Amino acid sequence: MTLKELERIRAKAQKELAVRGVEISPDSELKPPRPGEVRVVLRNCGQIDPERIEDYIAKDGYFALYKVLNMTPEQVIEEAKRSGLRGRGGAGFPPGQKWFFARQAVASRPAPADGTPPAYLICNGDEGDPGAFMDRAVLEGDPNSVLEGMAIAAYAMGATQGYIYVRAEYPVAVEHLQTAIPQARRLGLLGKNIFGKGFDFDVDIRIGAGAFVCGEETALIDSIEGRRGEPRPRPPFPAVSGLWGKPTSVNNVETLANIPQIFLNGADWFAGMGTEKSKGTKTFAIAGKVKNAGLIEVPMGITMREIIYDIGEGILNKKKFKAAQTGGPLGGCLPAKYLDTPIDFESLAAAGSLMGSGGLIVLDENDCMVDVARFFMDFTQDESCGKCPPCCLGTKRLLEILTRMTQAEGTAEDLQTIEYLTENISTTSLCALGQGSVNPVVTTMRHFRDEYESHVYKKFCPSGVCKGMFHYEILADVCNGCGVCRKKCPDKVIKGDKKVVHEIDLPNCIVCGDCYKACKFDAIAIRPGPTPKSRLPERR
Amino acid sequence: MSMDLLAHLQELDNLITREKPKGGALIPVLHQAQELYGYLPKELQDYIADGLGIPQSNVYGVVTFYAFFTTKPRGRHRVGLCLGTACYVRGNTKNLERLSRELGVNAGESTPDLRYSLEVCRCIGLCSKAPAIMIDKSVHSKVQPDQVAEILSRYE
Repeated sequence: MTLKELERIRAKAQKELAVRGVEISPDSELKPPRPGEVRVVLRNCGQIDPERIEDYIAKDGYFALYKVLNMTPEQVIEEAKRSGLRGRGGAGFPPGQKWFFARQAVASRPAPADGTPPAYLICNGDEGDPGAFMDRAVLEGDPNSVLEGMAIAAYAMGATQGYIYVRAEYPVAVEHLQTAIPQARRLGLLGKNIFGKGFDFDVDIRIGAGAFVCGEETALIDSIEGRRGEPRPRPPFPAVSGLWGKPTSVNNVETLANIPQIFLNGADWFAGMGTEKSKGTKTFAIAGKVKNAGLIEVPMGITMREIIYDIGEGILNKKKFKAAQTGGPLGGCLPAKYLDTPIDFESLAAAGSLMGSGGLIVLDENDCMVDVARFFMDFTQDESCGKCPPCCLGTKRLLEILTRMTQAEGTAEDLQTIEYLTENISTTSLCALGQGSVNPVVTTMRHFRDEYESHVYKKFCPSGVCKGMFHYEILADVCNGCGVCRKKCPDKVIKGDKKVVHEIDLPNCIVCGDCYKACKFDAIAIRPGPTPKSRLPERR
Repeated sequence: MSMDLLAHLQELDNLITREKPKGGALIPVLHQAQELYGYLPKELQDYIADGLGIPQSNVYGVVTFYAFFTTKPRGRHRVGLCLGTACYVRGNTKNLERLSRELGVNAGESTPDLRYSLEVCRCIGLCSKAPAIMIDKSVHSKVQPDQVAEILSRYE
């Protein structure tokens, strides 16, 4: 492949693409850009056929790689650092810095005599955070941008072999990569002597097997080596001793998809977007109780209000906003007072949450914060690898306490134990999973302590979630006797004639909530105390 | 050796020979072996351990660590109900109760006729279409409890 050939392919592909066009399926979560969005990572998703490398080349694909191969690796690292790009996997560590350390480590040791690669570049596509699906969108919609980003990263750090680690839950992403990699090899954009510049780089796919902890870089390395994914103590960092003991850089899908654009448009262009310490754009997956859910990409520094109310079009069913859960199971819940905080790595961390991978789940007044904390603890407890006791045992105890609280069995002592445990787990766990596992509990305790106290002292779940801790009552002064709730009730325990105030036969009510959801006049209220038949939730 | 293992022995041997020289062959081999046999019983694990020249304990350790691998036979159709955050807050637990009642099994179990197995999965990335259920490779989005029976009936 030469620059001339690449230009020829681009010209031909652009003409073809203009004639053919690309259809976006109407139920795709990636809608056309909404006002306020800036698409860098997602720019090609839905605009090209992901299974044709020519389409990607039509969008200037692989021109950044050509440009990079005419620079020295040191210049590439410098440019990446200058752009201010920070890792999009969650921690926000600058990739340029990672490559720099790996490059140093490569230089400090003799070249391998057995012909094995001197270093490895790993693309982390183990997107395990519930509520985040940007990596899936990029891998499915624009796999070549990740491959090009990988090649550039590999050149900068001195790797000749790359791995993409993708979740088994993303079969389409795997399929598209399995198409893209041979296509890139065929055109000489992967393989030996790329662009005749003496740079060799090839990529293999590794499929995950359903372990959340494998998103942690050292656990991911273990998994590629064919073992249980258990995080390793650091140092040594992967940049010094990673995959098979070689210098290794692990970069996230979204990070790598940013790289070609940075080299096409220049570091200054990228650094021109975002806030002082968080440059560029960020994809967010908005979901939960929001009208217009989906994937968006916005400049860093936008506020949560703009995301939820402008782009997301507000809360479903005219309910009240309660909290936004950011950063996945290791992130936190932020109440309404943070709606106007500009979102970047620092501000979210200061609020006790995380940028994480960019999941943003909107919770409304009918979500119980104690139950949400229990939900996340159930998740992390299940996904704890079992290596270090603070995480393995501590999350188990926390889950037991939170489960008790949601079953009307919480005690005042439990509140103290939670504080003691969360402090210990976060400071003594080996990896980010354990350290972060307490964040949902800590943030909900900080911002919604009244709900915890209500569960413990009044045995009342004010959001109407925890079974056996509330009942419904029809408000006599609001009910207009429309009869909708009476018809909805599966057990026929709502009585009342048309246009007469209805009443629930409480001793026989199972508190399923169908009437509450059906009432259009807010005439049904949540009240403390169980009914004889309100079921306890299944014990997990 | 049971008939079970003999069924795809040639393919299994080829697969082991192909993957063995590459580093970290175990997980790719287990993936493909599970594809062939549907599950990874003890004797299949032992055979793979011998083939790759690694201790049986390593294979067992890996199989039981990763949620994707199963040591019990699974149904023809894998019903995966998502309990990621978005699906959870949008009420997928109600669908789980209904599925469980329709199929007569708990999450993690298969129906006696091996037509379905019911699994709970953690976020399949369909948050904007929550609550979602994935059956084999097809997706059912915004599922209501009343639709569950009809959806199941589409899978013979």
